[in-house]
Amino acid sequence: MAAVATCGTGAGSTGSVVAAGSKNHVTSFQRRGPRASGSDSSYSRLVSIAGTRPSVRNGQLLVSTGLPALDQLLGGGLAVGTVLLIEEDKYNIYSSLLFKYFLAEGIINGHTLLVASAKEDPADILQELPAPLLDDNFKKDFDEEACNHKTAESNIKMKIAWRYQLLPKMEAGPVSSSRFGHYYDASKKMPQELIEASKWHGFFFPEKSSSTLNIEPCSLTHGYIKLLQFIQNIIYEEGFDGSNPQKKQKNILRIGIQNLGSPLWGDDICCTENGNSHSLTKFLYVLRGLLRTSLSACMITMPTHLIQNKAIISRVTNLSDTVVGLESFIGSERETNPLYKDYHGLIHIRQIPRLNNLIYDVSDVKDLAFKLKRKLFTIEFLHTNTDRVNTEKTFITSDFRVIHVF
Amino acid sequence: KCPGRLADYASAYVHRRIPGGPGKLTLLCDANTDGSFLVHHFLSFYLKANCKVCFVALIQSFSHYNIVGQKLGVSLTVARECGQLVFLEGLKSSVDVFFRAQAEPHPLQFLREANAENLQPLYEFVREALKPVDDGEAAWRCPVLLVDDLSVLLSLGMGAVAVLDFIHYCRATVCWERKGNIVALVHDSGDTEDEENNILLNGLSHQSHLILRAEGLATGFCRDVHGQLRILWRTPSQPTTQRDQSLTYQYKIQDKSVSFFAKGMSPAVL
Repeated sequence: MAAVATCGTGAGSTGSVVAAGSKNHVTSFQRRGPRASGSDSSYSRLVSIAGTRPSVRNGQLLVSTGLPALDQLLGGGLAVGTVLLIEEDKYNIYSSLLFKYFLAEGIINGHTLLVASAKEDPADILQELPAPLLDDNFKKDFDEEACNHKTAESNIKMKIAWRYQLLPKMEAGPVSSSRFGHYYDASKKMPQELIEASKWHGFFFPEKSSSTLNIEPCSLTHGYIKLLQFIQNIIYEEGFDGSNPQKKQKNILRIGIQNLGSPLWGDDICCTENGNSHSLTKFLYVLRGLLRTSLSACMITMPTHLIQNKAIISRVTNLSDTVVGLESFIGSERETNPLYKDYHGLIHIRQIPRLNNLIYDVSDVKDLAFKLKRKLFTIEFLHTNTDRVNTEKTFITSDFRVIHVF
Repeated sequence: KCPGRLADYASAYVHRRIPGGPGKLTLLCDANTDGSFLVHHFLSFYLKANCKVCFVALIQSFSHYNIVGQKLGVSLTVARECGQLVFLEGLKSSVDVFFRAQAEPHPLQFLREANAENLQPLYEFVREALKPVDDGEAAWRCPVLLVDDLSVLLSLGMGAVAVLDFIHYCRATVCWERKGNIVALVHDSGDTEDEENNILLNGLSHQSHLILRAEGLATGFCRDVHGQLRILWRTPSQPTTQRDQSLTYQYKIQDKSVSFFAKGMSPAVL
């Protein structure tokens, strides 16, 4: 994990300096349970980054995926330094929505974003982000402030003053940094001001494909090499890996990569069974190396249903930390199945990492379905009923206990 | 109920069987489940046994293995500092190798190459790490090479034959020359038709002395029984006189240990 630079010499007492220099990585963050410390002594300082919280299981630093229900299923959230792979649903409707929730969560928390796509311009993706669901009280205040500032005289002054006014309000309200995970209104767009106030980097492959490579070709497709270079550059330049003594980065870099593996990235694994079988897996390996050595978290959506060679899917799964599959009912025979009539699709939690631990939190119930109501994306345990043909009847009670009846 | 530290028992059995003989190749394998608990076990086992360990850790970061190691009673940091443990952190090194041209051959050199033929730089690294120290005093017991895992080398562009060659070379040096042991994890890809992985797995199964195979339960997920461990003793040097022996146990992984029990004898059921 990245080492965050210690605070200035004039600041702390001699006591805290000694603690930081200790070889045994003793931190000031003590927990009753298992040791919570991460790999370095400045872990206690990492806890104060906006939009993060330590895992109750292993002390690992977590960020929200933008969907509190998904956070819970993944054991609290997405661990910093890891990859979340979303296996896209057939028409990339819901996976694209999850991608946007992830980015929106980054904007609300003030994280830096890195958006990579071969299909859509990242600037357009950001315009489509869902708006955060605010409490009614806060919303009223927000509207009032907006009205007041519209009547100001100087344009430039108003802009600066308005943003300055805006930010503290954000922290005081329900979208403050003390809150982990927010809800979003899928029917509304993220306010323009929030997008403009955010820090983001876009990688749109069609625009980058012409520039030169400083890495020799090594069985990775051109697009993947350029993307890795771009990510590594941002991590290094902005100090997310702690290597640049000038940059004391105390923020998270959220990396979102859309449709990885699709032909638009120049990869042919979705077109033919004998495609370049190492390009994508090598990319994922080096990417994970970058993530493990920096304060970043990555969500990738991948059209795995298009990959012809099943061995690649299994290798990709092994190379990712968390893997979630989305299966939508659109156009499938499940659409008319009365069991699924209230839902839009199923969520499969295929893999959860065991980080710093021999075990992990696993939900007892494996049948999860999702639905997109007018505003909210919800995930629910699938209730079975006696109509379902099964040699062993399994009932899920309202408090989510599983009962077997033989 | 069998003793809890089953994997200790199994490996101790193998070592006792041919005392002073050539070292052993132990294959760890997982099918439909995560067999990494076996890797953590062997790492802590050999460090506690005062062996010199070279750990080619390609899957997770140093701090991950260290934190789990602490739960199992060893400190990788201390072991590394005093020279008992040579640790190749694959993820971190891959970033160095990939983005910056290296002056000297790097064990993960093949990441930069379009068509890497073999894993010779990696073998050289292992050989260097486990070479005997010439200060007259034998500080550590037998050398051990631990690899987590070999399947990922296939994902990084190496062919199954190159990986088998690598293990063959390591075996010659570590097992025969230095009388040490090798423990390596390979995934069983099951029915995903991963031909390269099947070649690797079959090839290694054939030449291993001991195979520990962790399998997910055929009936699916269970909270109290995480899987099944099959232990297969093989004696490649005496094919006719001794038959292979195998044992099967079920296990449950806990925070700081793994408990084993005979099939159907899980405490949750009794």
